[in-house]
Amino acid sequence: MLPAVKVENLWKEYVVGQSQDRHTTFYDTLASALKAPFRKRDETIADPTKFWALNDVGFEVQPGEVVGIIGRNGAGKSTLLKVLSRITAPTKGRVEVRGRLASLLEVGTGFHGELSGRENIFLNGAILGMSRKDIAKKFDEIVAFAEVEKFIDTPVKRYSSGMYVRLAFAVAAHLESDVLIVDEVLSVGDSAFQEKCMARMGDLSHGGRTVLFVSHNHAAMAKLCHRGIVLHGGRRVYDGKIAEALNEYSRSMRAADVGLTAALSGDLRHTVTFQRVTVNDEVMAPSSPISPLQPIVLTLRAATSSALEDFRVTFCITKHGDTVLGMHDALAPNTQPVGEFQSTVVIPSLTLAPGDYSLDLNAYSNRNGRWMFAKGIAEFTIALEWHEGYEPSHAMGVFNLSSPGSRIQLDARIG
Amino acid sequence: MSNHLPDQLTIIQPRSGWHMLNFRELWAYRELLWVLTMRDIKVRYKQTVLGASWAIIRPVLTMVIFSVVFGQLAKLPSDGFPYPVFVYAGLLPWTFFSGAISTSGQSLVGSANLVSKVYFPRLIIPLSSVGAGLIDLMISTAVLLSLMIWFGVPLTLNLLAAPLLLIGVVFAALGVGTLLSALTVAYRDFTHLTPFMVQIWLYITPVIYPVSMVPKDWQWVMFLNPMTGLVEAFRAAFLGKAFDVGGIALSFAVAVTIFAIGVAYFERVERRFADII
Repeated sequence: MLPAVKVENLWKEYVVGQSQDRHTTFYDTLASALKAPFRKRDETIADPTKFWALNDVGFEVQPGEVVGIIGRNGAGKSTLLKVLSRITAPTKGRVEVRGRLASLLEVGTGFHGELSGRENIFLNGAILGMSRKDIAKKFDEIVAFAEVEKFIDTPVKRYSSGMYVRLAFAVAAHLESDVLIVDEVLSVGDSAFQEKCMARMGDLSHGGRTVLFVSHNHAAMAKLCHRGIVLHGGRRVYDGKIAEALNEYSRSMRAADVGLTAALSGDLRHTVTFQRVTVNDEVMAPSSPISPLQPIVLTLRAATSSALEDFRVTFCITKHGDTVLGMHDALAPNTQPVGEFQSTVVIPSLTLAPGDYSLDLNAYSNRNGRWMFAKGIAEFTIALEWHEGYEPSHAMGVFNLSSPGSRIQLDARIG
Repeated sequence: MSNHLPDQLTIIQPRSGWHMLNFRELWAYRELLWVLTMRDIKVRYKQTVLGASWAIIRPVLTMVIFSVVFGQLAKLPSDGFPYPVFVYAGLLPWTFFSGAISTSGQSLVGSANLVSKVYFPRLIIPLSSVGAGLIDLMISTAVLLSLMIWFGVPLTLNLLAAPLLLIGVVFAALGVGTLLSALTVAYRDFTHLTPFMVQIWLYITPVIYPVSMVPKDWQWVMFLNPMTGLVEAFRAAFLGKAFDVGGIALSFAVAVTIFAIGVAYFERVERRFADII
């Protein structure tokens, strides 16, 4: 039998960070053309700002197979799905897809707040590639699945967020195709609805359809998929049975976890595992001082074995043992479902004064007063530099305010 | 499914350089074009008190202001027709064109979430915003016919040319609109440049004045602007004056050329949209 999906030597190059916006104004394009008139634009040799999001990836998927794509953030999962969904073109390589391809990278794409639920079903269905006839045929089923019968002619901007995602998922769940590509869309709605979504996904995948599936919900993956492909740094590092793929992935995650259990306190630590803390993408501590021009991105990768209500993580920056800054990962505590999650906070550039800083993490679930605390889980140093609008008084103090004070002459005579 | 053939094989590989527009694929997605056009139409006058009557109020108000300023005060000539009818007949294609290029220019950037999450021929997006403008054009055409009856301007057989002219103005709008939409994705400068450009374009188009004001030897330069030919032709069709066939043909040729360039450029840069939008 011919494979449903055949991926051959797939490469995808991206430009990192700021330089992605390099040519966003005419002036920039003009300037770069004038500076290097003989170099073809976009053809920079060994540019360190470019990286391969997909690095020679190849595999085949047989019709009816349900394959989970596993990997950390930035491993290339989403890029792979985007290339397979034809949203972005690969840099090198080739993919063959046999049969009708549908992809679901987000629920509710194209929903318009001013339009009613009914109108949005037809709009969203058409965007996902369903014909009007098909949507009309499944209309009642979609509405029933979403449990929004009473509000079907109300503009969706008046929907509660729960109703909104239920309707969005319902349309997507009724998409018919031979090959289905799904990115992390199961974590919508309350737990009852999530269960319903899981059941629906199960029906879809047992119906002989080929599915490629990305999720951080490993329990769901183990249940739905037959096979797992592990990506790491854009490469395929494992391809085999789903249980083994998930094991392989956990093993590789643990390799980066050493020492994370050292300074933990609080009883939430029996439920939540801190897996990985990074400072500007480097685990635990950057290898060199951070320039004050650079924003500082702090991330926590963690997993919880049960759902946490009113949950939030606070990142506390300390200097010389004093807490100088606290940042939440969410405006208000919210529900964290079972599974892995990532919290991120960003300290803008030119904020902190030069010196050594340390990071404490505080995770807490307000509902039942459970918490956990990790002292000194990561460290970093802000380099001693001066820049325009950034005149730190050596390593004194903590913050930098861009405007200096002022001095005025009061009286020329002395005494 | 209308969008796909059974046993269809999709091949995904790097794309670069110039290539032909895939008409078959575009045709397969015609339902999406329809749905997006209808969305733009439905949403346009949502939460407005006057609703769709804006489609009448806007051109009529413009006509009144132009008639006072340019007809009464500046006393611009109008080829012997009542100035209000003269200027309104010119505003008809112009309002459609300027509205269409402004909205379609912004359309891709405004649909960034669609472009980065779903696949479909991207051309659908600027096409649907041009399409949505057609409704307003229909409504304001009805207004023109009532104006003509009011001012006693007779209808002639010239009116039979109207459908062809409509196609012409749609082509011109699509060409400029797709070009601007693709340019805006890469260079946001066009967000600021477009309104300015539209304003200048109005002055170089004989909307408030007739082409006959321009010395005869230089009129052909005016017709290099596709909107000159189209505005003049709309007037000829509705008001029953003679068609300037040579000038109109030149404008049509320029419109088709711009359309070809617009679509070709769009198709060339389309593959990068999701990465840079």
